[in-house]
Amino acid sequence: MCPNVRLRMMKFQSLLRQYWPTVALFAFLLASWQVAVSAGGIREYLLPSPLAVWNALWHGDTAWAQHLWVTTLEIVGAFFLAAGVGVALGVAIAWSPLIANALVPFLVFVNTLPKVAIAPLFLIWMGYGIFPNMLMGALIGFFPVVINTAVGLSQVEADMLDLGRVFNAPKWKIFVKIRIPNALPYILSALKITATAAVVGAIVGEFVASQRGLGYVIVTTQSSMNTSVAFAALIWISVVGLVLYGAVVLLARLWAPWAEGID
Amino acid sequence: MNKELIGLDRVGMTYEAASGPVEALAGISLSVGAGEFVSLVGPSGCGKSTLLRIVAGLRPATVGTVTVAGRAVREPIPDIGMVFQAPILLKWRSILQNVLLPAELAGKDATALQGRAQQLLDMAGLTGFGDKLPRELSGGMQQRAALCRALLLDPPLLLMDEPFGALDAMTRDDMALELLRIWGERDLAQSARKTVLFVTHSIGEAVFLSDRVVVMSPRPGRIAADLRIDLPRPRTVELRASEAFGRLSLDIFRALTGRVGAAGTA
Ligand SMILES: Nc1ncnc2c1ncn2[C@@H]1O[C@H](COP(=O)(O)OP(=O)(O)OP(=O)(O)O)[C@@H](O)[C@H]1O
Ligand SMILES: [Mg+2]
Repeated sequence: MCPNVRLRMMKFQSLLRQYWPTVALFAFLLASWQVAVSAGGIREYLLPSPLAVWNALWHGDTAWAQHLWVTTLEIVGAFFLAAGVGVALGVAIAWSPLIANALVPFLVFVNTLPKVAIAPLFLIWMGYGIFPNMLMGALIGFFPVVINTAVGLSQVEADMLDLGRVFNAPKWKIFVKIRIPNALPYILSALKITATAAVVGAIVGEFVASQRGLGYVIVTTQSSMNTSVAFAALIWISVVGLVLYGAVVLLARLWAPWAEGID
Repeated sequence: MNKELIGLDRVGMTYEAASGPVEALAGISLSVGAGEFVSLVGPSGCGKSTLLRIVAGLRPATVGTVTVAGRAVREPIPDIGMVFQAPILLKWRSILQNVLLPAELAGKDATALQGRAQQLLDMAGLTGFGDKLPRELSGGMQQRAALCRALLLDPPLLLMDEPFGALDAMTRDDMALELLRIWGERDLAQSARKTVLFVTHSIGEAVFLSDRVVVMSPRPGRIAADLRIDLPRPRTVELRASEAFGRLSLDIFRALTGRVGAAGTA
């Protein structure tokens, strides 16, 4: 056998060895859930069986593609908004003590506000639409990025900075060549939190004000008692969340391979 | 002595630490000529690293004056190569990229220096490690990479803080010979050579390399002795076995320990 293929098989086998308990447990839970519902006579609007959820996913009359698209847009938009604004603010804070003194107390205050409580205000200010929900996601997710960016940029070994000074590097160059790469693992690890927060924010936004989206679907099931649809929406939400999270993890591995296993 | 390159006049350094002031150096007066190879030896904590940082302009001395090439040192001085006591490689850059860092930081064309960087790596026995990350190298290999980095821009002044400290004895001797070759021991007149200020804990290394060995006292560091090493150049490995080499080593040992004639019992 070609060694490459053998290596891959070994890798697969070790993955299997590591994860078979997870898979087995999951299958067991699904099966007992199904049995409990169909044999135990639990009414479907209280707890739908896995099969009912499966049906709602593929055969129901919910326009999943449309809702999925809207919510994905909100989540991804929120993520990039939070990442962009967070990094920019973090850089500004690390660059100038004046900016830091001006911004940090304000940001800390904003962060202590329960963002969910602001959502109704967003409705008043911006009405229905994708953007306010995006903003809600960004608002919940940007703070860790600011903090980690600022910390990563400032917590550079003194010796490394001396190294830059020995070669008479200007401040901006030390920033670009030493501080920013040093901050990269910090930023990426904050983005993992942001990926999760963006999901929460978008859904909360949809709960409060929306006419489309997976959060909207869940809200409508409250009155229709169509619980299996709510479960199906949950599955879609977690799929979007997992894909985004996985993308960030992959990015971290690609961009900061030297920091493997830091978070 | 040649024209003075480094001049220290009654230099003192007191750190303001959280636990109170720490006097690291006191009354250091030293003159190093252009092209001279001067080693600093002294007990741990006597202020050798501090002295190098002051000369480099990384830290201001708290008292006294420091000049390099006739100019008072107030900020980091240009055109030096510095080897810190720790390798301080940027962990996200490959070894080759680390060696090229000085060119990038100084705004020089790094790609044009790739060939030279590669040569330096070969010289340091790091052939084939150019594209590895620092964490994939041993401590001694990292130290050699740091040496290559300091040499990249061919600086006329080298400040080296125990550059061979993490190396095994054999590699250490090889690197010492390489350093002398780069310094221009064989092919350059003294005035055309680099000026080297070299910190080491090895008496043998100091004698083997230097024109002068400056011995420092325990903290606060003062100059306890300043010995001229008048051994012939180019230095050879055989020289280490000579009687003159042994005598000079003993002198340094005595100056270090402050003992007279007690070397045999140490
Ligand atoms: N940044 C600092 N703040 C406070 N004290 C310091 C600082 N750097 C060094 N010192 C103190 O100054 C003294 C001299 O330190 P230095 O590093 O120069 O010694 P050294 O001769 O290089 O020692 P070694 O041979 O162990 O490297 C030590 O007592 C140390 O504790
Ligand atoms: Mg030291």
